[in-house]
Amino acid sequence: MRGATHAGRAVCAVVVALAATACGGGGDSAGAGGAVFSSSWTDPQNPLEPANTNEVQGGKVLSMIFRGLKQYDPKTGAAEDMLAEKIETPDSRTYTITLKDGWTFSNGEKVTARSFVDAWNYGASLKNNQKNAYFFSYIEGYDQVHPEQGEQRADTLSGLKVVDDRTFTVRLSQKFSGFPDTLGYNAFVPLPRAFYDDHAGWLAKPVGNGPYTVESYTKGSEMRLTKWDTYPGPDAAQNGGVTLKVYTDNNTAYTDLMAGNLDLVDDVPAQQLKNVRGDLGDRYLSTPAGIIQTLAFPHYDREWNTAGSVKVRKGLSRAIDREQITDTIFDKTRTPATDWTSPVLGKDGGYKAGLCGEWCRYDAAAAKKLIKEGGGLPGGQVKITYNADTGSHKLWVDAVCNSINNALDNDRACVGNPIGTFADFRSKSTTQKLSGPFRAGWQMDYPLTQNFLQPLYYTNASSNDGKFSSKEFDRLVDEANAETDPAKAVRMFQKAEEVVRDNMASIPLWYQNGSAGWSQRLSNVALNPFSVPVYHEIKVG
Amino acid sequence: MGQYVVRRLLQMVPVFIGATLLIFLMVHVMGDPIAGLCGDRQCDPATATRLRQEFGLDMPVWQQYLTYMGNVFTGDFGTAFNGQEVTELMSTAFPVTLRLTIVAILFEIVVGVTLGVLTGLRRGRPVDTGVLLLTLVVISVPTFVTGLLLQLLLGVEWGWIRPSVSPAAPFGELLLPGLVLATVSLAYVTRLTRTSIAENRRSDYVRTAVAKGLPRHRVVTRHLLRNSLIPVVTFLGADIGFLMGGAIVTERIFNIHGVGFQLYQGILRQNTQTVVGFVTVLVLVFLLCNLVVDLLYAVLDPRIRYA
Repeated sequence: MRGATHAGRAVCAVVVALAATACGGGGDSAGAGGAVFSSSWTDPQNPLEPANTNEVQGGKVLSMIFRGLKQYDPKTGAAEDMLAEKIETPDSRTYTITLKDGWTFSNGEKVTARSFVDAWNYGASLKNNQKNAYFFSYIEGYDQVHPEQGEQRADTLSGLKVVDDRTFTVRLSQKFSGFPDTLGYNAFVPLPRAFYDDHAGWLAKPVGNGPYTVESYTKGSEMRLTKWDTYPGPDAAQNGGVTLKVYTDNNTAYTDLMAGNLDLVDDVPAQQLKNVRGDLGDRYLSTPAGIIQTLAFPHYDREWNTAGSVKVRKGLSRAIDREQITDTIFDKTRTPATDWTSPVLGKDGGYKAGLCGEWCRYDAAAAKKLIKEGGGLPGGQVKITYNADTGSHKLWVDAVCNSINNALDNDRACVGNPIGTFADFRSKSTTQKLSGPFRAGWQMDYPLTQNFLQPLYYTNASSNDGKFSSKEFDRLVDEANAETDPAKAVRMFQKAEEVVRDNMASIPLWYQNGSAGWSQRLSNVALNPFSVPVYHEIKVG
Repeated sequence: MGQYVVRRLLQMVPVFIGATLLIFLMVHVMGDPIAGLCGDRQCDPATATRLRQEFGLDMPVWQQYLTYMGNVFTGDFGTAFNGQEVTELMSTAFPVTLRLTIVAILFEIVVGVTLGVLTGLRRGRPVDTGVLLLTLVVISVPTFVTGLLLQLLLGVEWGWIRPSVSPAAPFGELLLPGLVLATVSLAYVTRLTRTSIAENRRSDYVRTAVAKGLPRHRVVTRHLLRNSLIPVVTFLGADIGFLMGGAIVTERIFNIHGVGFQLYQGILRQNTQTVVGFVTVLVLVFLLCNLVVDLLYAVLDPRIRYA
């Protein structure tokens, strides 16, 4: 039994090791304080720096712990002054920004002009790898701080100047009348000194100037936010705090809501849409969000850049039965698109229902005729490329293809072309490797028409993956940006949008709704135009 | 014995290198991960270049692999895209999954072996047929069905348990997920034990033991069971590896933030560092489990000796 004893010892060692590691992990404690509620969350993709957070989950936290110069009204989406007392400009190019008195960070530090200027310089600086750096690209000196190639030549933006504690000036590299309205975006929030002095510590427990403070943050599991009792702003939290719980699957979050373990779900899974009214009754909400889904085209591809291809694109647009797809697949949580912006902008903000006109209306006969006139589908077939890993894209791409196939009486006219992961899909579409139409979703950064047009269709713009280019569109956008009268600017943007329509640069599909479901404990739940719950207004009990 | 263990440990080296290289290449083939970091817009080229440099993605693959392995041997598993060290992710994920695995394995051993012995000793009786039928049902129903069904019944309809597991994931909350995770293997363990017991019951040494006048429980536990457990132990050893790495479905259903969650997220975000790191550890777990199983043979059956 010599071998046996040795083996026995080996087993013991393993068992001890197992037992030891099994001891890890702390106990769970229920949240104290009556008015705290829980909400579903997903692990943010990037570190929680304001200029580095470009998705909703990280943005959720930032919107609770930070307040910027402007704040978007949850209902109308209009940018209203928050920290800014006034923002003045004589020429739409040089802005003088004055701060309100009395604002502090939750650690007691005063919010000064320097808090903003330093934060913006940090966000723009190439060496900090901030993914939202381009937000500062309108400011003079950006090309020195963040050159497209090579090392950065300056540490700070030359266009930013601190005048005194409560005043600073911003000089832009071109006229941009909408600039003040962009300042409600998370990338523009002020940062306390602690952010730079103890960066790792700040990331572990962010400190801001918003109505909530971070009590504890366990990465990948949960974040506990409590109401900041001495919050100096006008929009103090109506509840004691929020516990954000990370869910890997939104179905589980929904089940937890049904079982009473979770108070708020802000992403009702598509599979549950049919039951949600029965399950939750009037504790369910679905409102338009600033998201539009389109089919983008590879304008860099010769076959999609011919004289006739405009007609082919228009024909495809008319072959898609948007009503039927949004009804059957999305249960009316999406609305057929009739322009290239979003209803959340409102009429004054630039949304114009029906701007697309007949080109977005389903008509099989007209579709057939248009495509024939345009010289037929390139290669006899269109392949719609999408990523198969998230967002149930397969469902609607297949439905769109079915619709096209039926309209054209051709079973092989359209097929879906799934790509395994989002990253791979993005890498292929941003490097112009796709040869057919592809899925393009756009979530607005700030509620301006400009944000729905310029980044997507301006020559060589940051999200113009299809490389659409039109001199007339570029000219109209430049003029609109320089226009100081907002109403006039909106009209110019709409003219530019008409250029997009006449070229059918992309096919608008539908506007997306944000959705939320909540428990009986909560009331006054609303979603803002960015489909993030307005946490501070929620009442508990 | 000592020599044998050393030989086995040395054999692990090429297996380890091969497995990690394969995973590394597979993740690499999926394409450029940086493009997915900027959402539905293009990362600006300057930042993308810097990120690629920072994560070493601008080097040729072989060089990336060598650097990575070099770092791994010094205990540095790299950094995930959200700025967390992979070792930090491991230190939170592995204990949770390990607890889940322990629960599942205990279910398999206690319930599986007991049922196996019971049915093996009563072959052809109603108990045997009943259990056999039950195992058949369990094997043919996929895990996610049992998981979602039990979650809905116990968690929502009857309210006996919480449908999801809290971040701390104590043993108590892992009972149901552990059972769900164990069901299929449990059925196999039952069947393996049953066959093995039924076979060995007629062997000479059992007859001898009975003829010696040993009490029945002693015959069953000391003589019959010990010899019959060899195939079961082999199965369980391999199963530990499977349970640790393959719990993705169960972990998703019950919102357990373990290895499956990290792997799934790592694959979606094409995070080479996370995926390769976790798989590397899983490969090690597999190899060690196999070694332990082989050593256990000698404990169970003294006729097996390693030289």
